[in-house]
Amino acid sequence: MNSLTLIVCSLLYLSLLFLIAYWAEHRTHTRQSLVNNPYVYSLSLAVYCTAWTFYGSVGRAVSHGMQFLTVYIGPTLAAPLWWLILRKIIRICKVQRITSIADFISARYGKNRGLGVFVTGLCVAGIIPYISIQIKAIATSFSVLSGQADNASEGLFLGDQAFYITLVLIVFTILFGARTLEATERHEGLVTAVAFESLVKLVAFVAVGLFVTFGLFNGPTDIFQQARAIPALRQQFTFGPGHTSGDWFWNIILSMLAVLFLPRQFQVAVVENTSEKHLNKAIWLFPLYLFVINIFVLPLAFGGHILLGNLPIDADNYVLALPVQYGREGLALLAYIGGFSAATSMIIVETIALSVMVSNNVVMPFLVSRSNWQNRFGSVSSTFVINIRRLTIVLFLILAYIYYRTVSQQFSLVSVGLISFAAVAQFTPAMIGGIFWKEGNRAGARLGLYAGTAMWFYTLILPTLVPGLLPPTLLTEGPWGIGFLRPQNLFGQTDLEPLAQGIFWSLLVNSLGYLWGSINRPQSALEHNQAVLFVDIFRLSRSDESSVIWKGQVVVSELQRLLTTFFGADWARRVIERYTSRHAPATPTIYADARLVTYCEKLLAGAIGTASARTLVASIAKEETISVDEVIRILKTSQELISVNRELKRKSTELEQMAQQLSEANERLQAADLNKAEFLSTITHEVRTPITSVRALAEILYDTPDMNDHSRQQFLGTIIRESERLTRLINQVLDLERFESGRLQLQLEPVLLRDIVRQAIDTIQQLIREKNISITVQHDIPPTTVRADHDRLMQVFINLLSNAIKFCEPNQGRIAVLTSADGTNLIVSITDNGVGIDPAYHELIFDKFYQLHHKTRDKPTGSGLGLAISRKIAELHGGSIRVESQLGQGATFTVRIPID
Amino acid sequence: MLTVVIADDEPNILLSLEFLMKKEGHRVFIARDGAEAQELIDAEKPDLLLLDVMMPKMNGHELCRYVRAQPDLNHAKVIFLSARSKEADVQAGYEAGANLYIPKPFSTRDLVSRINQLMKPVG
Repeated sequence: MNSLTLIVCSLLYLSLLFLIAYWAEHRTHTRQSLVNNPYVYSLSLAVYCTAWTFYGSVGRAVSHGMQFLTVYIGPTLAAPLWWLILRKIIRICKVQRITSIADFISARYGKNRGLGVFVTGLCVAGIIPYISIQIKAIATSFSVLSGQADNASEGLFLGDQAFYITLVLIVFTILFGARTLEATERHEGLVTAVAFESLVKLVAFVAVGLFVTFGLFNGPTDIFQQARAIPALRQQFTFGPGHTSGDWFWNIILSMLAVLFLPRQFQVAVVENTSEKHLNKAIWLFPLYLFVINIFVLPLAFGGHILLGNLPIDADNYVLALPVQYGREGLALLAYIGGFSAATSMIIVETIALSVMVSNNVVMPFLVSRSNWQNRFGSVSSTFVINIRRLTIVLFLILAYIYYRTVSQQFSLVSVGLISFAAVAQFTPAMIGGIFWKEGNRAGARLGLYAGTAMWFYTLILPTLVPGLLPPTLLTEGPWGIGFLRPQNLFGQTDLEPLAQGIFWSLLVNSLGYLWGSINRPQSALEHNQAVLFVDIFRLSRSDESSVIWKGQVVVSELQRLLTTFFGADWARRVIERYTSRHAPATPTIYADARLVTYCEKLLAGAIGTASARTLVASIAKEETISVDEVIRILKTSQELISVNRELKRKSTELEQMAQQLSEANERLQAADLNKAEFLSTITHEVRTPITSVRALAEILYDTPDMNDHSRQQFLGTIIRESERLTRLINQVLDLERFESGRLQLQLEPVLLRDIVRQAIDTIQQLIREKNISITVQHDIPPTTVRADHDRLMQVFINLLSNAIKFCEPNQGRIAVLTSADGTNLIVSITDNGVGIDPAYHELIFDKFYQLHHKTRDKPTGSGLGLAISRKIAELHGGSIRVESQLGQGATFTVRIPID
Repeated sequence: MLTVVIADDEPNILLSLEFLMKKEGHRVFIARDGAEAQELIDAEKPDLLLLDVMMPKMNGHELCRYVRAQPDLNHAKVIFLSARSKEADVQAGYEAGANLYIPKPFSTRDLVSRINQLMKPVG
């Protein structure tokens, strides 16, 4: 195939991806997020399957038999554990606004800069080779398909396709991941594109598999029978010398860990996660994906070996070479695009994840710790952060390219990949210990990581430098001739493959180091705070603003200035305003309360990493030392009552305002010399009842942090309902006062009464359904317009209808609404078949708070003001309300509104 | 452990008082009106009564007088919890025989500590 066609196809494909990403981001802005669903989430996890899967599995199957499967068995076996581990990591990251695995470890162990830098370094060292083999895969597939020799090893890089591929990847990676700075560090466009790529590579691989299995052979049986005849293949698929269960075991363990801790997996599974619930589906969908993409590996490996075994073709290329050899250009192109998507998705996500790590955990902490940083970079910080990311993306991809040109030629796809896996597996003790063991501390994490990394380097990296940089005797006789230090046979063990033994030793010393350090070294207060926040995250957090750790005094304006530098003035002002309006402080002060400081710290952490954010906030805070007990106490109170239930918070602010209005109204009422003592004392009593419930329940919640969820919900629910009742009551008192004092003017306009009736019925549909009441509406007159206040009349009808519903028996209630006219008035009558009203009370029920003196049923739930207000409204319109009823025979309320 | 009877016509106040008293480790019985409360008093012989004043069927004052008239309830303490807080209301409460008259809304902590003080064994 002509290379121009290939280049055009590759570029078109990347542009298509970009369009998808762009479209997805657009949808996000219009609140129709595509990413917020478990299928896209599961597909994005399949970024796990790189070119290594796409091309390398087949190669690995030819050279190592079934062992290629360990890389997929591991994640499949581990997936059910995600509910325990991944969900917790996701929650912690959401609460603490953690954006990478380096950030996670740094935050867990006391927001420590050194650890963040080390983890970033290890990721970079471990992952660059892995990226470079993706570039290699693209370059190789390009040359296989175009028929041009893979010319990487000779000549200038200017003549090398891989160099141009790298440049294109740099451009697209920046477009996808480093265009703007987001406080949450989420990239919905990218995730959608990655999910799409996962589909493409799956379809392409399965298509080639089907072609080979059924097009070139007569189905799987045929292939397997022919393969049996080839001794080299038979040996790979027979257990015997050279295959130990130990190797399998360690490879499976390794991939279990890699699927959690590889930077790109952490990015898609944790940082880009939009809802913990998506895990439920991903737990089975992701293994299913792995299963499907592996079905045709063996047929392809065998088929390739049988048909192409005699040709000088690397088994890693069978997926592409088979369609090419048999003249299926279209299929070959599809396979190429499949491999291309496997490689590009890995490269793009991995590089973005690394660039975030570098900017948030290496560069920013370093810069912000310098006292004059703000003077120098103050106004351009967000562009500055973005530029650092772009720079690191360029740097890493160029590094990967150089590695590809110089080193990677000698290795297969899979071996380099596995060494990268082993690097990220070093995070295991610090991560798992970090979320399940409060005593795990910084000293332990450091010791474990250093020891594990050293062992990783010694057993897995040193041997790759033989025979280039180091003498072969290192492997055969050991350093300085000391046999039990041979890197691939450490301490004389010979049972395991080099890779498995490297994993074994590095994880062993890593875990022991972690345990030893944690047990023997002390933990600082901040570390312990973080440990508690991480380990007890599900107990302590039900929302994302419930961790409180600042006690120092921070001036609000300083905080705002800090946010402005990173997010712009408008945004910073809005954040602060929104916060203060929601959590209105009892007394205004220039100092920010601890929750606001923490909230801002987290916003900053999203953009520049936890360690940097901490340093920045510390620079403007006069922090007092804070004890763990205090942290827990603040946490509990803030979260139990205040943050957990925003609804509640909103209500209490509302109530405060209303109480204020009420007391003003109160004064006016007294001045107006209405009758008043009694009215007021009744109001006071009516208001006190819900306040008593709210206060008592809230205090109990406050004092009972370990209350079970059911009671908590019941209490919070009651508080909300009682607050609503209070709100209604106060509103009605205020209405009444406004009417009586003449301060409220009707807004007269031409209205259709029947429309208002219909709207009133719509409003209370819920009540009607709950009690299963049948309601009929009948109009005896054609639509007639009157001048009236639409909203107030609606209030009257809603009130009368609610009363009718209230006094009907459930399931037997019937309500009839009739509109008619009598020459001068339009008439709306509402008839129910409820308990009815003794004629002796027909006038009294229109009195304020009348229900208080008339308790025949359960305590009424209304305010006792509804009818008084309704009558007042009708009278203000020049109309009236009357009732006709007998006890036990239902009631009819008739509203008359004059036709001008 | 005390046996406590609580009577109030507001279910939400009952909910909170019941929880509070159970949390203190007491046996708790609740009544939605005066008549129910009276039955509970006869059946359970409570050590402590938390009563609303204005209740359907039988008000708090009547209940309190009823308790004071029972020879086997000499030891029982009665606390009124009422939204009526005027001097005269408080006075009337004590005259009906209450040990304490606490206006609503009340502080739960304060209520608990005053109960503990009230129930402390003499000497």
